[in-house]
Parts: sequence; structure tokens; C-alpha cells
Amino acid sequence: MNYTASELMTINAARLLRDGDRVFVGVGLPNLACNLAMRTHAPHLVMIYEAGVIGARPSRLPLSIGDPTLVSGACSVVGMYDIFSLYLQRGYVDVGFLGGAQIDQYGNINATVIGDYHRPKVRLPGSGGSMEIAAWANRCYIITPHQKRRFPARVDFRTSAGFLGGRAEREATGVRGKGPQAVVTNLGILEPDENGELILTALHPGATFEQAQENTGWPLRAAPRLLTTEPPTAEELRILREELDPQGIYLKGS
Amino acid sequence: MTNKLCSLNEAIAQFVHDGDTIYAAGFTHLIPFAAGHEIIRQGRRNLTLARATPDLIYDQMVAAGCARKIIFSYIGNPGVGSLRIVRTEIEAGRLEWEEYSHFSMISRLQAGAAGLPFMPMNPTAAGDLERVNPNYRRVTDPYTGREVVTVPPLTPDVAIVHVQRADVHGNAHIWGIIGEQKEAAFAAKTVILTAEEIVDEAVIRSDPNRTLIPDFVVDAVCHVPYCAHPSYTQGYYDRDNAFYLEWDKISESPEETQRWMEEWVYGVKDRTEYWQKLGEETHRRLHVRPRLSHPVNYGDY
Repeated sequence: MNYTASELMTINAARLLRDGDRVFVGVGLPNLACNLAMRTHAPHLVMIYEAGVIGARPSRLPLSIGDPTLVSGACSVVGMYDIFSLYLQRGYVDVGFLGGAQIDQYGNINATVIGDYHRPKVRLPGSGGSMEIAAWANRCYIITPHQKRRFPARVDFRTSAGFLGGRAEREATGVRGKGPQAVVTNLGILEPDENGELILTALHPGATFEQAQENTGWPLRAAPRLLTTEPPTAEELRILREELDPQGIYLKGS
Repeated sequence: MTNKLCSLNEAIAQFVHDGDTIYAAGFTHLIPFAAGHEIIRQGRRNLTLARATPDLIYDQMVAAGCARKIIFSYIGNPGVGSLRIVRTEIEAGRLEWEEYSHFSMISRLQAGAAGLPFMPMNPTAAGDLERVNPNYRRVTDPYTGREVVTVPPLTPDVAIVHVQRADVHGNAHIWGIIGEQKEAAFAAKTVILTAEEIVDEAVIRSDPNRTLIPDFVVDAVCHVPYCAHPSYTQGYYDRDNAFYLEWDKISESPEETQRWMEEWVYGVKDRTEYWQKLGEETHRRLHVRPRLSHPVNYGDY
């Protein structure tokens, strides 16, 4: 069966979500992954948007996280201070999706700057909500293409915390969230080991460990039992193509 | 209660001065583009522009040379990509900036709005933003001995807040994504309210829970239909996503940006003329069908 890298990543991310999860959703692939999970194995998933929307039921694909379709039919809408304090800081968010230009060996993310902060070579959008999501959501997931420049050994700037220099270092800070649980790429899935280092735990059908290593900026280790992910099913692809992104805004291409 | 109704032109002329710190409120929703354009037309300079998400309104104001500095927590074109002009000016060293996360930005406004000396937040373990921005501090919680992160209040000189409907005194109803509208209004020294509709005080009093902004924090009330385009007003018109995508192309070139400003900012007198110029096809595309809430019974006491 043919599918794009975006479809493959979205489907594998959707499978990580559990029924009843309260998910802080971003636009693009995380939004599609949540909607796919709701239409398959997780009908009771609750979508929360940092714009302050809880229990969104979007009737069209939103371009931004503040789209009016997220509001109409939602369970609740609150202000920005409330969504970050009462919901996220207080601990009511199970899952957060994160993204960024760089992800390092310990799952720290840079969405701020390439080069020196005060004399930026490339100025990126910055934290938005990700600094707090990475700290306080119970579990975090990252969806990203597997490219060497996106996976340096160390990020130029820690916009949001993974395991810092190792799992013990994150735990010593006392933050409530458990940190990144999986990075879903077009080649496979990386997960933190007991020390918080991202290791390859699964490959998608047809991908090889060598490909993953070539596209990773640190000496990548494979889990003792390296799994192969189940290929996308016809039903998962049908929902994505016919119901969620019929115009192929996010899923077309490679 | 005073009648504060005036034109947007008058409100900007009277209340926005060179060098002011401005907070044009609205998290994706209710962004007061018409006010940004009026500030550009009136040629204000050296402004400090504060917003969690600067959005296209500040990209345009920076392009027009209004700004000396920007305070933000996310400089992207939401759902599209980079906010090209702000980004270019920062990379070129021509624009000062001060950066937060969303939670610390809204905590600053909350402190300003509540008259507090700072707001505490739980630490996030990501130390780099705290390291580069000295406005982040840590203090010891006097009850547990643990450290909390603090940020100082943000008290803009002027907040511009767009709402669905208000009375002539400035009591305002807002629904949909309410973002930081209330906090910005309470934190600022001066508040310019823009409204899709000016309604009788009785309409406000029919649904008091929906009044997020009371008249006594408001200095000017301006009737500006379609003020938020290409952002949106929930229930009134849709977000113009096509324009957000188009701006990504326009803002790639300084010449194109300048041409756009000539035509759509300097070339029109006010928002009414701008909306007419957009034309019927755009009006139809952004038209939204009604979806009413169930009525609320306050009881006749």
C-alpha cells in the first residue's frame, strides 16, 4: 500500500494516544493524529488548545490553533491565564505535542534560535506554550522528519526541557511531567532509555537502522529488541484522506 | 457613566503617542488590525509593541517603521510559518526584543491587571530563556522553601481591545477565544475599545456574565465593524486564512510589502473603505452562518 511520510508519522503518533487522554493539540500533524485517534481507538480523547479551548469538535481542518471552528461546539472556552495555570500547570493535561527545529540526544528541543541568542543566525518563532507543555504535560510526543540537522547531539538553545543532561537531572528539578515519551519520524520511533537518552525502538516497514543512524547527529543506539511498526491500515488511510485532510494540505507530498 | 464614543482616528490621535508601549490584544481572535493601520497612517514612531503572538498586525507595523522594540512569546505566522519582517529585523539587529513563553507573558499581564508586584510560576526545567532574559527571576516560596520563577507586571501605556459588542460607556461583551482581552484591559493605563456593534446598555445588562470589561477601565469606545480582518470576530466573520497565506508571499519582498501598504493602509481612509475595497467575493467567503447558544435564564428577581 502506498502512503506518504506525513501519513505514516500521523498514523503512528495517533496509535500512541489512549482513550480518555486530555491532549494539548498543535496544528498540522498533531491535530490530524488526535482526530484520527478519536475516530479509531480513542473516542473519548479530549482535545485542548492553548488558545483556551477544551473539548474541541472542529468541523473543518483548522489552519491555526485559534480557528473559530475550534470554539463552535466545544465543551468550554477559557482565557489564556486559565488554560496555562488551571489546566496545564495544575496537571490536567495528559499529553502534549511538541515540535522544533532541533531535538537533541536527551529530547531537549530548540524552537528559539540557531546560533548565538543575542546575534541570531536564524531567528525561530520561540516557545509559545512549549516550555510549559514540555514541563507539565504527563507525557510528550514529538513528530518530526528524520534529518541530521534536526537531530544534533546538543541543541543550540533549550526552549523546552527533555531530560536535560540525563533523566536524573530532569527529575532533580521536580517538574511534574514525565518528559518526552516518543519521537515519531518517517523512519521509525525513538524512545528514552533508563538514562533519558533517545534510542531507536522501532523502524517503519522498509526503513533500516543505517538510514536512521545516517540521519542522526549522535551515535544512535538501537533497543535490544528493535521492533517493526505495523504498516498503516486501509481504514486509517481512508479516514485521513477522505475525512480529515481531503485537500491534502498537510498530508500530500513526500 | 460617560459616553466615550469617538472615531478610531480620534482615539489613536488622542491616546497613542510616540514611544508608548502598546498592547493590541487578541489570541488569533479579535486582533484589532484597523487600529494598527490607523497607527501606521498617523505615523507613530519608537513604539514598543507587546503581544503574545505579534501576528501580521505587528509585522505590518514593524514594516511601516512604527516600532523600536517588540515583546512577545511566539513570533510566527500562525499555521503558516515565519513572521518574516519581524524575524528579518531581529536578525539584522534593527529591532530590540524581549522574549517570554506564553505562560510567562500572560503572567506578566495578570500581575499588571491585578496590581501585583510579580507573578510566581512553577519552574519548567528549561533554563535558557530565564538565562537570556533578566526579567525572569527566582524567589524562595516562604511556605515550602522551594524556588518559584517570577516575572514582573506588564503595564502597557495603551491597550487596544476589540470586542463583539459594547455600550457607549465601554461595558463590553466578548465570547469565543477570550485570550488576554480582559487582562490587557485591566493592565493598561489607557484602553481603546473597538467594537463590531455598539448596543444599548440594556443588551449588556441582559447578560452580565458575558461582560469581561467594565466601562470604568475604558477611555475610548470606537464603532469599527470588521476591525479584526484578516483575523476574525467569532460569530461575525471568518478568519481570512487565504490572506495569512498570501502575506507569507507578500512579506518576502520589501517592495511587495511597501506596495501592499500603499494600497491597503495608506490608500484607504478608514476601515469602512478598506472593507468595501475587499469586495463582495471576499465578503461572501468570510460570511458565517449563525449558530446560537441556548438562552440563559437569569430569573426575574
